[in-house]
Amino acid sequence: MHALARPDAVKRRAAGQSGEGKREHAAAAGAFGDEQEVANGQSSRDTMSAALSHLRICDFTGQLAGAGATKFLAAFGAQVIRIEDPVLEGRWDVLRGAPPFKDERRGINLGGAFNNHNVEKLGITLNLRTERGRDLLRRLVAVSDVVTENFSAGVLERLGFGYAQLRTIRPDVIYVSNCGFGHSGPYRDYKTWGPIVQAVSGLTFSSGLPEEPPAGWGYSYMDHTAAYYMAMAVLLALHHRARTGEGQHVDMAATEAAASLNGPALLDYTVNGRPLRRSGRPHSNRSQFPRMAPHGIYPARGEDNWLALSCRDDGQWAALGRVVGKPWATAERFATLEGRLKAEDALDALLGAWSEECDMFESARALRAAGVPASAVQRPQQRIDEDANTAAWGLWPSVRHVEMGEVRVDGLPVHLSETDWSIRRGAPCLGQDNAFVFGEILGVGDSELAQLRADGVI
Amino acid sequence: MASAQTQGTGEAPLSGLRVVELCEEKGAFAGKLLADAGADVVKVEPPTGDATRDYEPFLEDRAGKERSLWWWLYNTSKRGVTLDLEQLAGREVFRRLVARADVVVESQPPGRLAGWGIDYADLRGSNPALIWASITPFGRAGPGSQEAATDLTLLAGGGIAWMNGYDDHALPPVRGGGNQGYHTGCHYAVMAVLVALVHRDAGGPGQFIDVNMHAAVNVTTEAGSYDWLVKRREVQRQTGRHAAYRPTMSTQVRCADGVWVNTGIAPRRPQEFQVMYDWIAELGKLEEFPEAAILEVAGQGGEVMLGRLEEDEEMQAKFAAAREAVVFIAGQLPAETFFHEGQRRGFQMGIIYAPEEVLEDGHFQARGFPVEVEHAELGRRFRYPGAPWRFGRSPWRIRHRAPLLGEHNAEVLKELELSGEEASEAHGSREESRR
Repeated sequence: MHALARPDAVKRRAAGQSGEGKREHAAAAGAFGDEQEVANGQSSRDTMSAALSHLRICDFTGQLAGAGATKFLAAFGAQVIRIEDPVLEGRWDVLRGAPPFKDERRGINLGGAFNNHNVEKLGITLNLRTERGRDLLRRLVAVSDVVTENFSAGVLERLGFGYAQLRTIRPDVIYVSNCGFGHSGPYRDYKTWGPIVQAVSGLTFSSGLPEEPPAGWGYSYMDHTAAYYMAMAVLLALHHRARTGEGQHVDMAATEAAASLNGPALLDYTVNGRPLRRSGRPHSNRSQFPRMAPHGIYPARGEDNWLALSCRDDGQWAALGRVVGKPWATAERFATLEGRLKAEDALDALLGAWSEECDMFESARALRAAGVPASAVQRPQQRIDEDANTAAWGLWPSVRHVEMGEVRVDGLPVHLSETDWSIRRGAPCLGQDNAFVFGEILGVGDSELAQLRADGVI
Repeated sequence: MASAQTQGTGEAPLSGLRVVELCEEKGAFAGKLLADAGADVVKVEPPTGDATRDYEPFLEDRAGKERSLWWWLYNTSKRGVTLDLEQLAGREVFRRLVARADVVVESQPPGRLAGWGIDYADLRGSNPALIWASITPFGRAGPGSQEAATDLTLLAGGGIAWMNGYDDHALPPVRGGGNQGYHTGCHYAVMAVLVALVHRDAGGPGQFIDVNMHAAVNVTTEAGSYDWLVKRREVQRQTGRHAAYRPTMSTQVRCADGVWVNTGIAPRRPQEFQVMYDWIAELGKLEEFPEAAILEVAGQGGEVMLGRLEEDEEMQAKFAAAREAVVFIAGQLPAETFFHEGQRRGFQMGIIYAPEEVLEDGHFQARGFPVEVEHAELGRRFRYPGAPWRFGRSPWRIRHRAPLLGEHNAEVLKELELSGEEASEAHGSREESRR
């Protein structure tokens, strides 16, 4: 076990498994009274995860690429304090107050995606154009372990809170920035969002069929994934601090995280000189690495229904042949991988003619029972409401949101035996936790709080 | 100043952390992420080598246990030992390895390790601080947990394939390249391991982590999930852009050199229309662009509100003219020029690079993204994709190439203080025959 270097961290640890953050949450609920506790959807302290409850994060992130990172940390009990601009009503995050809306009720607190990405966080408003606002931020940074942001490069520095300044407030602070091209390099000032990151990093190109334009990713894969890398960066830096007492700045560029995900095709270029930009490529429904055939997405009975299947080896091909039960499926010419690769187009056509007649769930079940990897291309309803595995996992928890009421959100695909995640509290409304954060954590008195409100500082 | 423009020179973030990895294709990336972040990852392979050593592509296209580029990519910075876990002697060494480890990462089929008596439940007693992550397609115990999967079938079942593809739904949904289903499961495995580690740093116990790859893909689908959860409506795939519940304008254009560019969010502010107009004027092409007059007027008018687009014909005309302008300009310029000129004018645009082109780009090179890894046994160095992060103090780096088969057998067993006889039994027949 590594000794924690900082006395205040040791003190936090000494507070025990329940953790300081958790006690503060409980205190907050108490201060608001029981009614408020229910309204916040913040149920008893036992439902919070203890994994990271000793940590406080001063959080400027938004959208998904940043907010997704602190959602993960908050679900494990970190006290994430989300800072928003009262003048713009937090609209720097374009998802705040944006569709989808539950029950068609619109409003700055009613954005469905915003709620999904900001569960279990506290929310405060702070006007950093004012000196008093900046002073409150300095006080918050001083008691925070981590500062996170996904602004364009240089924005936080121009506000007076770049790493150099943050360090003077708290020498061991961990500062993780996350933007498209990073804080250095020729494209430092270029603007991005998920699809641009995917385009420039190679991921859009490698998703597609031959002779067609790039299909790319039908969503911001790299907003999700940049958030995953950002969460890893925070945790890696926390572990480093626990060992050495040192904080640091982690400069994360989403395009670099993305470029590291191109798979073996990239080494085929650097080692063998074979580019992916060549005739007949990409063909991403087929498997080049490792070679498999058949390997693809085939039509199934009904409108826009599709079956995905792959045979790893000749044994699985033989098993598939028994399920299909047609003469071609047991023909000699397809018996070996070499044979199937040589006639891959013909094989795909025959398989497609078979699969088109079948219900995609029935054929997938039959193939899997025979040991062949197969799956229906599931639509949202099918994988969310009708999938036994995601239901049993508890993948779609309901949260209580102050204005939206009960809403289902994305849960997490991991379960920890001792300190599992908990997602119950909806995203904070604008400034929802001002009284708790400024009052309880920073010790601002009631009258001063009222004045700050009246002066537009919070 | 104050930017972490270069990696720090201190100890790596996971320096000193001992990890045992027992992963085939699905989990190896998790081990790589930990190893490149500084952990001492000991990869356990069967005596004949991990199956991915036989995966294409191969060095110079010739098969061989030490020639798989798949193996090279996913096993950097690890040490490698061979153990025959079918044999009692091999399992005994595995137990000793785990007894001194901080973390185990494995992607074995549920039940296999329990059958051998070397699962978490069997080994936690000797090491209560142990963090153990199990990466499986459907979780350890839930419905379907015994069923086989590949990257393709995970992306199909988990909802990503449904969103990738083309406007023309006669074309099949598209899987997306690069093994992103496996990558996504591994990302969550590493995130969860690090949560458990930070908890342990604060005095907490070790624990077991169940990673479900199907679930991981399911919650990596953005609006695919929350549009259903919030509104009970399903997004539909479109060419090269977000799947949406109703059609949206295309965002890809083909430039004069045939290379595609993603043009980002369509212009809708007056100043953006003006910039488009000026750009065409700079190119000296105003006469050739029929909608120039609309653009010029739009530059003086109000913002296009997407919510009112359907009922407002003037807005439709401006919006369409701006889109035509993007397509027109792209047709005049090579993609690189269009990308840089567009960004310089404030448009969120991105050239659609093939993976290899990323490594040749000046920005990625200036930040040191491509790194060289030495393969001393071949007397050569090769470029690899580099750091996903720049740590100001504790550097990420590939310390060395993937291990040769059994490369660290002697070294690791010496650390475990095994006798020569125990060692040769443990490594299995292949190691025997080498001696």
